[in-house]
Amino acid sequence: MRITFEIWMQDGPSDAGRLVTHTVDEVEPDMSLLEALDHVNAGRIARGERVVEFDHDCREGICGTCGLVVDGRAHGPHEGTTTCQLYLRSFHDGARIVVEPFRSAAFPVVRDLKVDRSALDRVARAGGFVSTHIRTAPEANSIPIARADAEASFAAAACIGCGACVASCKNSAASLFTAAKIEHLGRLPQGRVESTERVLDMVAAMDDEGFGHCTNTEACEAVCPQAISTDVIASLNRRYLWARLETLGRRRV
Amino acid sequence: MLPDAKIPPGPIEQKWSQYQATCRLVNAANRHRLQIVVIGTGLAGAGAASALGELGYRVKAFSFHDSPRRAHSVAAQGGVNAAKNYQNDGDNVYRMFYDAVKGGDFRSREANVYRMAELSVDLIDTCVAQGVPFAREYGGVLANRSFGGVQVERTFYAQGQTGQQLLLGAYNALNRQVAAGQVELFSRHELLDLVLVDGRAAGVIVRDLVTGELERHAAHAVVLATGGYAKIFYLSTLAMGSNATAIWKAHRRGALLANPSFVQVHPTSLPPLGSHQSKLTLMSESLRNDGRIWVPAKAGDERPPNDISEDERDYYLERRYPAFGNLTPRDVASRAGKERIDAGHGVGPLKNAVYLDFKDAIAADGRDAIESRYGNLFRMYAKITGLDAYREPMRIAPAAHFSMGGLWVDYELMTSIPGLYALGECNFADHGANRLGANSLLQACIDGYFILPCTIGNELAGRFREPLVPTDHPAFEEAARAVQGEIERLLAMRGTRTVDEIHRELGSVLTDRCGISRSAAGLQAAIEDVRRLRAEFETDVCVTGGAHEPNSELEKALRVRDYLELGELMCRDALERNESCGMHYREEHCTEDGDPVRNDERFAHVAAWEYGPDGAFVRHEEPLTFEFVRTAARSYR
Repeated sequence: MRITFEIWMQDGPSDAGRLVTHTVDEVEPDMSLLEALDHVNAGRIARGERVVEFDHDCREGICGTCGLVVDGRAHGPHEGTTTCQLYLRSFHDGARIVVEPFRSAAFPVVRDLKVDRSALDRVARAGGFVSTHIRTAPEANSIPIARADAEASFAAAACIGCGACVASCKNSAASLFTAAKIEHLGRLPQGRVESTERVLDMVAAMDDEGFGHCTNTEACEAVCPQAISTDVIASLNRRYLWARLETLGRRRV
Repeated sequence: MLPDAKIPPGPIEQKWSQYQATCRLVNAANRHRLQIVVIGTGLAGAGAASALGELGYRVKAFSFHDSPRRAHSVAAQGGVNAAKNYQNDGDNVYRMFYDAVKGGDFRSREANVYRMAELSVDLIDTCVAQGVPFAREYGGVLANRSFGGVQVERTFYAQGQTGQQLLLGAYNALNRQVAAGQVELFSRHELLDLVLVDGRAAGVIVRDLVTGELERHAAHAVVLATGGYAKIFYLSTLAMGSNATAIWKAHRRGALLANPSFVQVHPTSLPPLGSHQSKLTLMSESLRNDGRIWVPAKAGDERPPNDISEDERDYYLERRYPAFGNLTPRDVASRAGKERIDAGHGVGPLKNAVYLDFKDAIAADGRDAIESRYGNLFRMYAKITGLDAYREPMRIAPAAHFSMGGLWVDYELMTSIPGLYALGECNFADHGANRLGANSLLQACIDGYFILPCTIGNELAGRFREPLVPTDHPAFEEAARAVQGEIERLLAMRGTRTVDEIHRELGSVLTDRCGISRSAAGLQAAIEDVRRLRAEFETDVCVTGGAHEPNSELEKALRVRDYLELGELMCRDALERNESCGMHYREEHCTEDGDPVRNDERFAHVAAWEYGPDGAFVRHEEPLTFEFVRTAARSYR
């Protein structure tokens, strides 16, 4: 196959950045897009140029490290797929593929296709946990959990934290990410104890990090590699409303 | 030279409680005076950092990823074992201990393995309390399934994402301690050297992977939780960034490395599709609960699988191992698969795979039941191969997966360097010559959550008055200068070979000669090949870009350089172990049926290697004694 890549290159956060063209032959349909980028980089090394920087690790769709906007869509053309699970067989011979980073004001570019998503870690840190001491735990089966709740919790917990939802949202909202974490814990009896504080603190953290507000376009769900449903955002809104009502008149520390 | 393993005396079921009752502790009021550095934020590292933070120690946690949640623990699919006996099928702690010792082919320490089984019970409680969404029955209680090498159902799971869910539990606990100010987190930082003062671990040199600056961090104790090194084979199920650099730097500074050749090859990975391949994807062992493995009975049969009738199929695991069938341990299943492929029965375009067939399970339980158990794995298979495993069998093949070998540690998980600990996959402690499925998540969790937080007190008690070594100490200066020099040398070389090319060749040498099957002649040749590759790397590698900027090519080069030294030691270790045990299969030592033959008289020991420059490694032996199990030839027939 012959593929022409238009790759976003940007030395650092203050550089303007530009698309750089690379045409590669000798790539095959069974090659992943990231393997094709490896191939591009091998060519750059042979010419003495620095490599194109991009984040990747497990290359099997679970670590959430990779994340590229491919032809204008986060993680490329397929649903329920991470960038590393995108293969060249999805493109025709002679295709031109535009590769850009996940863009958001809350995700500053580190270099080229690498962005800084630590804002998501800080949102998670604002309450995305159960305040249990390690080893302070009752017998596991003493907390029966309805299978439907366990499955709903798992479906939300499946979020891999890649940030595609943010990159695809016209408001750069992190609502799907944040709501997934809140739903994961809020569906379980262990997580319900701190539910009120969690939802208020995590929503506040989301605002502090510069993420926008959700306006229900659901672009996030369309690109989510784990197909997390926007139902979790509806649930977040309900939980947030209740939490605000519950704490009315109570001064938050 | 080999330190005492510090195994507590007494009956095996009392050793750990005996240790806990008598070890020294650090008073809660003094813990904040002690600084601990943790390298790696996977299950073991994040677990240790959060547990130490909860106890009140000052902790710095480092990860080369952009977020601690990316660590490769995330990729473990199938589950985590615990001797809960929820299924009423005869399980208990001793049985779980025995299964793991036998599964490891009697090359692990009894006391360590027993403790792992013992602590498994508490681990499930802890994870459930953290909100890990394990699979459940309709009545609301936890569900279990079975894994290779055992005859009970003791595996807890969260669909095919158990590692991801356990890691999120640890990540959440870590976040809680970061928010509380107990743990300071350094993402995109990689360890490049360990600093020793008066023979003790005194700190680390790390590189900020964004600015390229070298940083010095002093500590009262250093904890390595840096995962496994099977990526040395290049094609493996490990993540691209998984590396041996931290353990190799520790090894060069004097930490012994134990059984480095013990690397597990997993039987159910996806086969390579071509020469461009950068990694292999695992298909969970749990699939062997319902999938049946077969090859065409006739060599070279190229018909599509569904055209091959039942009597023309060879279900070779069921035929050779009727007692365990498709659930034989990984080493047995991988060898049996390789034997069939080498005999010309391989399937797929490159004839390098075998079939894993769900036809009978779908007929018996229905497609919906299979989908609810393995839906995400079938989807993953379809994405990678473009094939539908509900309609035709999966094509699978063996791939390098897990390193049982690693830094030598004593019962306290301390390496041979005082003050330096190794947790999880980067130590050698619990799996002997072959790990059972769903014991890796278990070991990583208990090392970090339960064991280290107790044992580290025994070392640090009394040290809280000692100030940290200043980071301008000559030992820090020397280490930082050496790292800087190495980086500059690599960047200045501008040879003709890329790092990936050399890594690929190293992987191919090791896969052929130090993989599923090994021989003295092959290993000797491999040592020569690895040395040649190292010489090429040292004189002719090309690393572009600069030192003071993001440079992933430089990161890769520094890791591969360490792999090139480790590769030689792996071959040496395999060569000197003149027996077959677990996954270490020496062609010279097997029965007529191809079953491995152990030599307990000469090799019932751990080989602990001391570093020597240019291949001058020194081998030490820690004898293994079996007081609580009787050693026997492993049989799964």
